[in-house]
Amino acid sequence: MGVEQKLGSMGIVTYRLEDLVNWGRTNAMWPLLFGLACCAIEMMSAQASHYDASRFGMELNRPSPRQSDLMIVAGRVSRKMAPVVRRLYDQMAAPKWVIAMGDCASSGGVFNNYAIVQGVDEIVPVDVYVAGCPPRPEALINGIMTLHEKVRGEKIKDWA
Amino acid sequence: MTLLSGSDTIQELTIEELRAKVGTGMEIADAEEHMLLSMGPQHPSTHGVLRLLVELDGETVVNLAPDIGFLHTGVEKTMESKTFTKGLVLTDRMDYLSPMSNNLGYILAVEKLLGVEVPPRAQAIRVILTELARISSHLVWLGTHALDLAAMTVFLYCFREREYILDLFEMVSGQRMMVSYFRPGGLWRDLPEDFIPAVRHFLDFFPSRLADYEALLTNNPIFLNRTKGVGVISAEDAVSWGLTGPSLRASGVKWDIRKAQPYCGYEQYEFDVPTQTEGDVYSRYLCRIQEFHESLHILEQALDKLPDGPIRIDDRKIVPPPRSELGHSMEAVIHHFKLWTEGFKAPNGFVYQSVESPRGEFGVYLRGDGGPNPARVHFRAPSYVNLASLPKMAKNLFVADLVAIIGSIDIVLGEIDR
Repeated sequence: MGVEQKLGSMGIVTYRLEDLVNWGRTNAMWPLLFGLACCAIEMMSAQASHYDASRFGMELNRPSPRQSDLMIVAGRVSRKMAPVVRRLYDQMAAPKWVIAMGDCASSGGVFNNYAIVQGVDEIVPVDVYVAGCPPRPEALINGIMTLHEKVRGEKIKDWA
Repeated sequence: MTLLSGSDTIQELTIEELRAKVGTGMEIADAEEHMLLSMGPQHPSTHGVLRLLVELDGETVVNLAPDIGFLHTGVEKTMESKTFTKGLVLTDRMDYLSPMSNNLGYILAVEKLLGVEVPPRAQAIRVILTELARISSHLVWLGTHALDLAAMTVFLYCFREREYILDLFEMVSGQRMMVSYFRPGGLWRDLPEDFIPAVRHFLDFFPSRLADYEALLTNNPIFLNRTKGVGVISAEDAVSWGLTGPSLRASGVKWDIRKAQPYCGYEQYEFDVPTQTEGDVYSRYLCRIQEFHESLHILEQALDKLPDGPIRIDDRKIVPPPRSELGHSMEAVIHHFKLWTEGFKAPNGFVYQSVESPRGEFGVYLRGDGGPNPARVHFRAPSYVNLASLPKMAKNLFVADLVAIIGSIDIVLGEIDR
């Protein structure tokens, strides 16, 4: 009673491996449940009822770095927190991506002082920067979709 | 939760080495038999980047020490290099669940130092917005607290209503969270036309939503089991540990800055200060639920008697001139230029101003030295003081209870570490 009866045998589907794997990666990208400051509240808003990021398959937060693919650095990273952030990143299994959410994570934001790391890209490689202080939930969702676009364009030779 | 690190079992270290390693003065009762657990800084129920060192006997918490500073931002020091107006934006980012209360505390301190009082309309608008902020902050508390105790629906409900309040904030200030709407000498702008009807609409629908939350939690046997009799602190202890806000009132002490040292004309509004007697997690929950109702009550009164009139004082040395004057008044241009390049100068001296933030007494100590920047700013952050009583509350309870207690004292790490 399925589509296969209408179309005949569908035993073999040809597809490019690259596209298939990238498609799979974009549609099950689990973020690490990890909030630092103000932006974490907007991250929660993005996943809660009103903005509902689960529409895009990006809401399933995992508190364990071993089970997550995407680190959203939501908030300012202090000098005391920086080694922890790096350690969490190292604990994540490849492939992994990082979004710097908000001005503080991207560049230090309003806090140009002794306490704050001036951009989280000093300690982990960042794929997408989301601007705003804090970014609206729409901006975060857009950031994740931008990352999905990037992942869809990845090549086998870069997977390593 | 992870162990201290792979190879550092508690047995291999002497007590002195262990203390040096954990970096706190925590007492360790039995280094031979007990396990030392590091909970956080990345942990779903520590509400931010709090690290707790827990000495466990099986599942029982024997000793506990909070390790803070993972979000240290240097706010107080940075404010010394900013003018009074520019320093305002940093206060938003301390207690990011209720930026309005932080703004208000800081702005009131600046105004106290300058010796000015804002017009009644500005005061009433400040009351309306801080009470809305209290509701939105309590909504985040309720949602995350329930989530920690495995009630997902409440979280989704709470954030639905919170979005409405954030829309109201965006309406007045252009920003959802970091509002910076209160300015020295008044407000940034007057309320937009559709703001009052929107708040009235909120007052219409919110009580029924509140009933929904209560229906899910107040008599829920699972919730009662997790919260009743857990994390008890007596009134005497609560006072001596410096608890403020709902955490203090849940122990039966009727203390609210809005009543005790009224500001912004709070003495004109009729409201009750809800208290409980048990001092456990459940009574802290009940206290905050009743505060929702009191905030609604204050909002109703404030909307009913919102006065007309100016929203800023008429002192061009403190408040920038209206844009309409800039086109034809040289004097206005000079004032505008001076204010945005140098800022205003505050007199020598110091003030202390406290407000009742959703978490308790938020105090600002501000010292001026005659220049345009504060010479010293210090904040009495309620979460910081409330956190100190956590070891007392959690002693001899289970780790799962610890999660409930952290939720119930409603800490914000941005405010603790500053």
